[in-house]
Amino acid sequence: MAVTLTINGKAQAIEAAPGTPLLWVLRDHLKMTGTKFGCGVAQCGACTVHVDGQPIRSCITPHDTLENAKIATIEGVEGSAAAAIREAWIANDVPQCGYCQSGQIMAATALLEGTANPSDKDIDDAMSGNLCRCATYMSIRRAIKEAASNM
Amino acid sequence: MFLREIGILPGPASDAANDTSLPRFTNLSRRSFVTGSGLFVLGVTLTGCSGYVEPDVDADAFDLPDAGDSPLTQVTGGDATPSLWIAIEKDGTVKITCHRSEMGQQVWTSMAQIVADELEADWDKVEIVQALGDPRYGDQNTDGSRSVRYNFHRLRVAGAAMRNMLEAAAANVWEIDAAQCTAQEGVVSNTGNSDTLSYGNLAKLAGRLPVPPEDQISLKTRDEWRFIGKEIPSLTVPLITRGEGTYGIDVDRPGMVYAVIARPPQVFGSVRNFDDSAALKVPGVLQTMKMPDAAAPALHQPLGGVAVVASDTWAAIQGRNALQIAWDRGPNAGYNSGAFAKQMKATANRKGAVKRKRGDVDAGLADAAQRIEADYYVPHLAHSPMEPPVATAQWDGEKLECWGCVQDPQTSRQSLADLLGIEVDNITVHATWLGGAFGRKSKPDFMIEAALIAKEVGKPVKLTWTREDEVRHGYYHSVSAQHCEAGLDAQGNCTSYLHRTVFPPIASTFVKGMDAPTDGELGLGLTDIPFDMPNLQVEAGDAKAHVRIGWLRAVSNIYHAFSVQSFAAEMAHVAGRDQKDYLLELIGEEREIDPSAEGANYANYGGSMEEYPIATARLAHVVNKAAQMADWGRSLPDGHGLGIAVHRSFLAYVATVIEVAVAPDGSLRIPGIWLSIDAGTVINPRHARAQMEGGTIFGLSNALYGEITAKDGAIEQDNFPSWRLMRMEEAPRAFEVDIVESNAAPAGVGEPPTPPAAPALANAIFNATGTRLRTLPLIGANGNTLPVSQSQDV
Repeated sequence: MAVTLTINGKAQAIEAAPGTPLLWVLRDHLKMTGTKFGCGVAQCGACTVHVDGQPIRSCITPHDTLENAKIATIEGVEGSAAAAIREAWIANDVPQCGYCQSGQIMAATALLEGTANPSDKDIDDAMSGNLCRCATYMSIRRAIKEAASNM
Repeated sequence: MFLREIGILPGPASDAANDTSLPRFTNLSRRSFVTGSGLFVLGVTLTGCSGYVEPDVDADAFDLPDAGDSPLTQVTGGDATPSLWIAIEKDGTVKITCHRSEMGQQVWTSMAQIVADELEADWDKVEIVQALGDPRYGDQNTDGSRSVRYNFHRLRVAGAAMRNMLEAAAANVWEIDAAQCTAQEGVVSNTGNSDTLSYGNLAKLAGRLPVPPEDQISLKTRDEWRFIGKEIPSLTVPLITRGEGTYGIDVDRPGMVYAVIARPPQVFGSVRNFDDSAALKVPGVLQTMKMPDAAAPALHQPLGGVAVVASDTWAAIQGRNALQIAWDRGPNAGYNSGAFAKQMKATANRKGAVKRKRGDVDAGLADAAQRIEADYYVPHLAHSPMEPPVATAQWDGEKLECWGCVQDPQTSRQSLADLLGIEVDNITVHATWLGGAFGRKSKPDFMIEAALIAKEVGKPVKLTWTREDEVRHGYYHSVSAQHCEAGLDAQGNCTSYLHRTVFPPIASTFVKGMDAPTDGELGLGLTDIPFDMPNLQVEAGDAKAHVRIGWLRAVSNIYHAFSVQSFAAEMAHVAGRDQKDYLLELIGEEREIDPSAEGANYANYGGSMEEYPIATARLAHVVNKAAQMADWGRSLPDGHGLGIAVHRSFLAYVATVIEVAVAPDGSLRIPGIWLSIDAGTVINPRHARAQMEGGTIFGLSNALYGEITAKDGAIEQDNFPSWRLMRMEEAPRAFEVDIVESNAAPAGVGEPPTPPAAPALANAIFNATGTRLRTLPLIGANGNTLPVSQSQDV
């Protein structure tokens, strides 16, 4: 049974098995591969997307619970916070391998949308669910502060 | 290959036909530099020029002789024939081929910086082409921190040769001497007047000119470099911020299906029988397939088990969960890592094979005023790149095409040929971006799995390793026990040092029954100990591998640096001396060290001792610099401590000072880290700094939390809750990096920051608490506190 999801402002009919996590609907069905698989158990944050503006882990969120929600992914997230984060990410060359960075950017964008000038503690709380094996944490912290000051 | 070269893999190299050191010349001179068709279009205006219209140059007006063979196929580092590396489009786009795998070390950017600098390219017009796996490129095995070191010279030659050819082409157009032509930022100028021609306009003509021999090519001087050594922004980051760029897991092929595999819990275990009836009822599951069993040596073989193929990855995972499999546990079911640690420690406390000897260590120890000894332990570690291994394969009945996050597309291609029985010429391997690798993706076992399944199902197949697969079925960093003894004289000076190392060697993965540490691994931080005492002896003891052993960022340097640099601080403590001062005394007088003069079979990372000596002055310099940056010796709050360690690896010198704050309950914070690296010529300081931060935290994360254990041969960890990585809240608050200005030959950057991290941390904890920690991990997956007795003032 088709489910209609609104992703980056576009309504799309999805034919996937009931309970299929949003992550795999995005990646395998819609070929929107910017959202990444890292652990499958909501422990790494690589799959972070926004649902109604809140960061969620798409790897454990069944797609068929999101029919009336507004979903934003790395390919489509916009707004002043997203723009400032992207600009600061580029200015600081934050990513190394970049694989976790879709999730990092989605988490950081959500942080700035809710907290204009985040403290170190705010950054810890918002970002500690997002692992980075390249360990770009110092760059992420610098870039979030720079983005906040540029907004 | 590199691992044979430095002695980690045993010879003989039976694959002479696959010897990538022999360049294969395939009529490269006839390849056009222009990848579009036709030539320049009349009347196109140069960007930024005020109304100047370029002349239309008709290539056919020149009847140049056949360019002939390239004289640049065998310059230092390999083939520098420009057409192998550079293509210039009519519109001026400069396409630079990167034959190394991009995994976050910014190799796209650094390779392009080298070529584009000598080429005098307009950086804004540079694009990267990722090379297929092909012997023409020479070594493509992206590990060992050597992409720059191996390719710096030849890529400069390639860029400069192309620049000289563009100048020569312009000279022909203007009918002047080439010496009157100057190339700069994508344009050749006639120095006698204001005429210019763009690279796009000249490329096809230049491609018809003979490639100049090396002695006629003018390399730029250091002060003329525009990109090399500069903080050029990454070419990949803008794509990453939009979710663009293709990692192994992002590959898509028409009609593709998705697979995961249930693998035997034990290495060389096998499927006794399985029932897939429930799996086949899972919506989306298409079929199952029994994978071939594996047997020692592991090589790049798939591990066996049962594959589930489905219409999406989730369905494949659900189908796998529904499989009923009875396993035969195989020959490694007796492996229990706790008991094995005790065995290794016992081995380390017995006399081993002598690998380097100076003076008489036994007599020196017997005569010492004070003796100390210590045992250290470092467990197995998993790589856990954030992108797990993933590959896609497509088989058309004759040709095999594979895509994946592989560190070495050539080895991948050869292993596919060997294990599937397909002619290597019928195999194409595309290296995608790698979402991290750290050594794991140098083993293409996952690509071979994908290919086997694709042959069976007759459709393109994407094979994904879940995180559980990656943690349970890795090529692990080797577990290791170290035993150190020292004798000090009455003044506290070290007169004798004995160091024994015991670990299952990487060679066990490639040769059945290899239990003895290899010279290559011993040369990673042990036989090259840079200490100056009258009596020194390095010994090695055997250990049998029960899991697949591979290389992980910095490899054996991890356990060797941890023990050597911890023990140096232990000696300082017994001598009643400052850690940093004592470390400098151990390093001793300014000199160059040759371990082979003391019996070591030392490979020096494949570099010559002349170009890359072990220079104690460079070690001492980074020690002093890091200490100065950290304000070593300053008074610290209660529970705080500074620790230092220095290590030379991959031909670079790194000293690290770490400040820790240990609360009375043993919980730990890291207020600051100060690091100095001397890596010779550095291509991009900004990206080198990122490697220093990342490589240090990689080492700290492993030292604090990382441990892979086995029970009855099966790995006990499975995902991030039980296999723990450092998170944002635990990361240091301050991190200062110094990159030593140097004209020396380029050394490694990606791995060298990792080895000193763990000992600097342990040394800092000792200075903060008085407790010496010798067993890693210090905290582990489930803990929150260090095993320190009580915080105390030091």
